[in-house]
Amino acid sequence: MRIKATPMERLFYLGNYVFLIVVSLLFLIPFISVLSTSFISTAEWARRGNFVLIPEAPTLEAYQFLFGGSKGTVFNAYKITFFRTIVGTVLCLTFTGLGAYVLARRNLPGRTFMTLLVFIPMVFSGGLIPFYLVVDRLRLTNTVWIMITPFLVNPWWLLIMRNFLMTIPVELEEAALMDGANPLTVLLRVYLPLSMPALTTIGLFYAVWHWNGWFYAAVFNSNRDLYPIQVILRSILYLGDASYRGDLGIMFEPEMMPPAQTLKAAMIIVTTVPILLVYPFIQRYFVKGLLIGGVKG
Amino acid sequence: MTEVLRILRKHGFYYLLFLPVAVYLIIFKYVPMIGIMIAFKDVTPFMSMGEIVTSSFIGFKHFVNFFNSFFFWDLMENTLMISIYKTLWSFPAPILLALLINEVHNTYFKRISQTISYLPHFFSMVIVAGLVYVVFGVQGGLVNHLVVLTGGEPQHYLGDPRWFRTILVGTTVWQTVGWGSILYLAAMAGLNPETYEAANIDGASKIQQVRHITLPGISHVIVILFIFRIGDLLDAGFEQILLLYSPSVYEVADIIDTYVYRAGLLNLKYSFASAVGLYKSILALLLLLAANKFAHFLGHQGIW
Repeated sequence: MRIKATPMERLFYLGNYVFLIVVSLLFLIPFISVLSTSFISTAEWARRGNFVLIPEAPTLEAYQFLFGGSKGTVFNAYKITFFRTIVGTVLCLTFTGLGAYVLARRNLPGRTFMTLLVFIPMVFSGGLIPFYLVVDRLRLTNTVWIMITPFLVNPWWLLIMRNFLMTIPVELEEAALMDGANPLTVLLRVYLPLSMPALTTIGLFYAVWHWNGWFYAAVFNSNRDLYPIQVILRSILYLGDASYRGDLGIMFEPEMMPPAQTLKAAMIIVTTVPILLVYPFIQRYFVKGLLIGGVKG
Repeated sequence: MTEVLRILRKHGFYYLLFLPVAVYLIIFKYVPMIGIMIAFKDVTPFMSMGEIVTSSFIGFKHFVNFFNSFFFWDLMENTLMISIYKTLWSFPAPILLALLINEVHNTYFKRISQTISYLPHFFSMVIVAGLVYVVFGVQGGLVNHLVVLTGGEPQHYLGDPRWFRTILVGTTVWQTVGWGSILYLAAMAGLNPETYEAANIDGASKIQQVRHITLPGISHVIVILFIFRIGDLLDAGFEQILLLYSPSVYEVADIIDTYVYRAGLLNLKYSFASAVGLYKSILALLLLLAANKFAHFLGHQGIW
């Protein structure tokens, strides 16, 4: 049964739509303004020198600076980012999946202790410096593994995965064992296919984490050949800072540098576009993952 | 002994599967926890692992130095104030957004506005910082353009202590409000529509329905998320601040985490920085324990 809206209610609905459109624009406007800034030519920038929504003569100068030249810095950065995202996600999923699988076994002696081993790092950590000393003395700094090896398991996501696995009925395993399957077959043939939805979701969590990661790649690594795109973007954002100028001179060919603002804008677009391309496809998995995690706590 | 053998024979396969995870956790999570003992030593950058372990303990010197330093209260104030301001704005914002989206009956409009609002959640902090740099740029930035249009003078907002925290809070709301609304919307979707119909018949206004049906219906989500938030109140946003701050705004922007980073990794005062880090870790743990206790007190399951 639906009751006819009163004039007050209609006003409310109208206002609500208008408000939500404004909010949506607030999410999009920074992005649109960056996109248009990235197309401004050096000449137009010098002449107008202020905010431009629609460039008079859009150019790809800034993009040519980023992708052109003989040093191939941005291409190399994409390569590093793809490497860490693919290899990192596969390794993360393997470690997380195995850990979750074992912790999901209700009759395993020592399960509580093992769960505690996973849980404690969620509430207490040694902090940045002891962590740095460990990865440094293990000689992981200045290698590509600094972005992968220390981050194989996110305890929170492991426990979400475990909760999912615990919803798979034990009877399936018992039936397979009756038919003479060994534990490895049970894992690969019974549990692995059934946990695909959860693996996809958690795998996407890890993939986006790796794609977006910058801190350890920038701080625990000084080898410019290992910079992922996020770190290149960070260097360009600090263009006004003299100590980073030299950095950029090494990574690009500085003679033909476009205005700092257009260069920053173009690099933001270069970093964001891959996320925007996959976003429509991965969004629903994230929502699902959040809801599973949120309900089970 | 035979009991151990029996368990191993029966479950050994699973312990073997868990071994890589255990080794990973011990090396990268538990060794650093033990390594926090360097806070009670004088470790220099060129010591080997062995020298670090065997060097002698010096007690609480670094802690005493930190508590007595002139910047101790500044760091505490910045950390707590930034975090509290962020909570004040970014905690209610998703609830409000969810209430408004929940009133949209056009499915397409609803889906599109939700999709747009989630987007910033998928951006790295570097991208978000980049957007801030460009939008607030002194020359050619959108914000200063609008300021000039309305008769103001262009300003370097990011370098201005009066504006820096506002930018931090605004950026956080921008990045988290959409994603934060999901759990509330899911809780609202679970409420019984008949309750609303009955309220309609009784002539309850929209505001009354929100106050007496929707908000009580989602209160358990609000409470649990608020407790989570209190649990990590000391996380004022390390990456965000590190990317956006500069020496001209340290007085309002420098938090415990950024200070540990500079003291430890830039100035190589490993032991002192570890002491500051440990102080924060312990304080954070106590907050979390208190928040969890409070959840139990309210009759919620809590975090564990």
